[in-house]
Amino acid sequence: MSRPEIEVRGLHKSFGDNEVLRGIDLEIGQGEVVCVIGPSGSGKSTLLRCVNLLEEPTKGQVFVGGTEVTDPDVDIDAVRRRIGMVFQQFNLFPHLSVTENLALPQRRVLGRDKATAARIAAENLARVGLSEKADAYPASLSGGQQQRVAIARALAMGPEVMLFDEPTSALDPELVGDVLAVMRMLAREGMTMMVVTHEMTFAREVADRVVFMDGGVVVEDGSPERVIGDPQHERTRHFLSRLLDPAMAEVEEEISDQVGKSGP
Amino acid sequence: MTDTDVTLQPKKKGLTRRQKRRLSRGVQYVVFVAAVIAFAVTADWGRLQNQFAQADIAKQMFPDVITLALKNTVLYTLSGFVVGLVLGMVIALMRLSSVGPYRWLAGVYIEIFRGLPALLIFIFVGVAVPLAFPGTEIPGGTYGKVAIALGLVSAAYMAETIRAGIQAVPKGQMEAARSLGFSPAKAMVSIIIPQAFRIILPPLTNELVLLFKDSSLVLFLGVTLEERELSKFGRDLASTTANSTPILVAGLCYLLVTIPLSFVVRRMESKAQEAIR
Repeated sequence: MSRPEIEVRGLHKSFGDNEVLRGIDLEIGQGEVVCVIGPSGSGKSTLLRCVNLLEEPTKGQVFVGGTEVTDPDVDIDAVRRRIGMVFQQFNLFPHLSVTENLALPQRRVLGRDKATAARIAAENLARVGLSEKADAYPASLSGGQQQRVAIARALAMGPEVMLFDEPTSALDPELVGDVLAVMRMLAREGMTMMVVTHEMTFAREVADRVVFMDGGVVVEDGSPERVIGDPQHERTRHFLSRLLDPAMAEVEEEISDQVGKSGP
Repeated sequence: MTDTDVTLQPKKKGLTRRQKRRLSRGVQYVVFVAAVIAFAVTADWGRLQNQFAQADIAKQMFPDVITLALKNTVLYTLSGFVVGLVLGMVIALMRLSSVGPYRWLAGVYIEIFRGLPALLIFIFVGVAVPLAFPGTEIPGGTYGKVAIALGLVSAAYMAETIRAGIQAVPKGQMEAARSLGFSPAKAMVSIIIPQAFRIILPPLTNELVLLFKDSSLVLFLGVTLEERELSKFGRDLASTTANSTPILVAGLCYLLVTIPLSFVVRRMESKAQEAIR
């Protein structure tokens, strides 16, 4: 493998006294699809947001495409143009039509002329299957459509890396499939992707690697067959069993202890 | 009898809730009708008409009250609004700056100009500044002075409104813009401020209504005949004719503008409510 597309070295991040990331080392190669899974509060979204510096790491380094993102003198806006990001809440610009959502960033940030920006916008809308919504406003779209527009908006900037922060978590269950299909297409086309997700089927089928995080550290890192199919750590097993079959979860031990003590 | 018996039984004495409500409403109507009758009987209608509603005096005001006075009022208001909007935007951005002294300075400005009477600022701009800096001339004569005085006052209010509007835009919008490679300034101009203005359009229009009324303070600057606005125009004519009809007509001219504007604001507010749902 040549130089990794994303490289994270000794990353720490604290919010006040709360240490969310406690030393993360991670490499993602070119064209690799890595799913990051883990319980809420495990720091997986924070890790993702440190990659394009939406969160400033407390300690450690992040490299994207060989450029150190965490270097205080780096042109962060230039680096971010190479990193597409998709948010849980879509974050489309509500005052702009779908086409303008895709075209305005190209014009303002990349300096493309109006015609070029419109052409690239149309191409990318077609990729996510939403050409007919070109003139619609975000508020009139379903969540799944909004998320696909958000992906197209990121793609229109021509990124080398795509970050996905729980892209399907805010969607109604029947809308998840369309978004995952677009992401699967991207993976097939060879996009380097880092995906924070709870979609185990997607992780199992599409990911080259799955990273399980808990308590601000990487607990397991390996192929989906290994991490999801045959987890080596108790924490991973515990998390997966709760995720795959929530109805079977037992009352947590600490809680059942308290109930026992307070009872007669 | 136990406690529960007492609470469950309907009260025997006193009025029921329904009767009380009916009685209260009845009393309010009686007071209202009595007040109207008292006014109608005691008022000297002939004198009132003579003082406020003399058709020939009112006629004499036209067309100048519209073509000159109302036009000037609108002109003063709009110029003050523009100055206030630009200055208010700058102060709002200073207030949100990461540089401490800017925030502090903006805070001081807002507190001072919200705390002072507009009249004092008119006197300051119209009289004190020319005396303190002899030779300096505020461009535009009276129009320039009014624009600056009204602008200084309204900027303080608008700055707070604009700041609130900017802060009401969800955090994710700035994050999305930054992640696409927008610089903070570009994101502010292309993404955040357009959305903020949608949010603050109703309060800004309200500010316009307030300015419209405050423009009457020009009265204290000493203006030429051509520069008179509604209040000054009405007062001048009232003193030459020794009659209050011009005041009434001037007042109606204000309402001609402010009532439709208030209506527009209410429409925008209810529309914004619907959009949230």
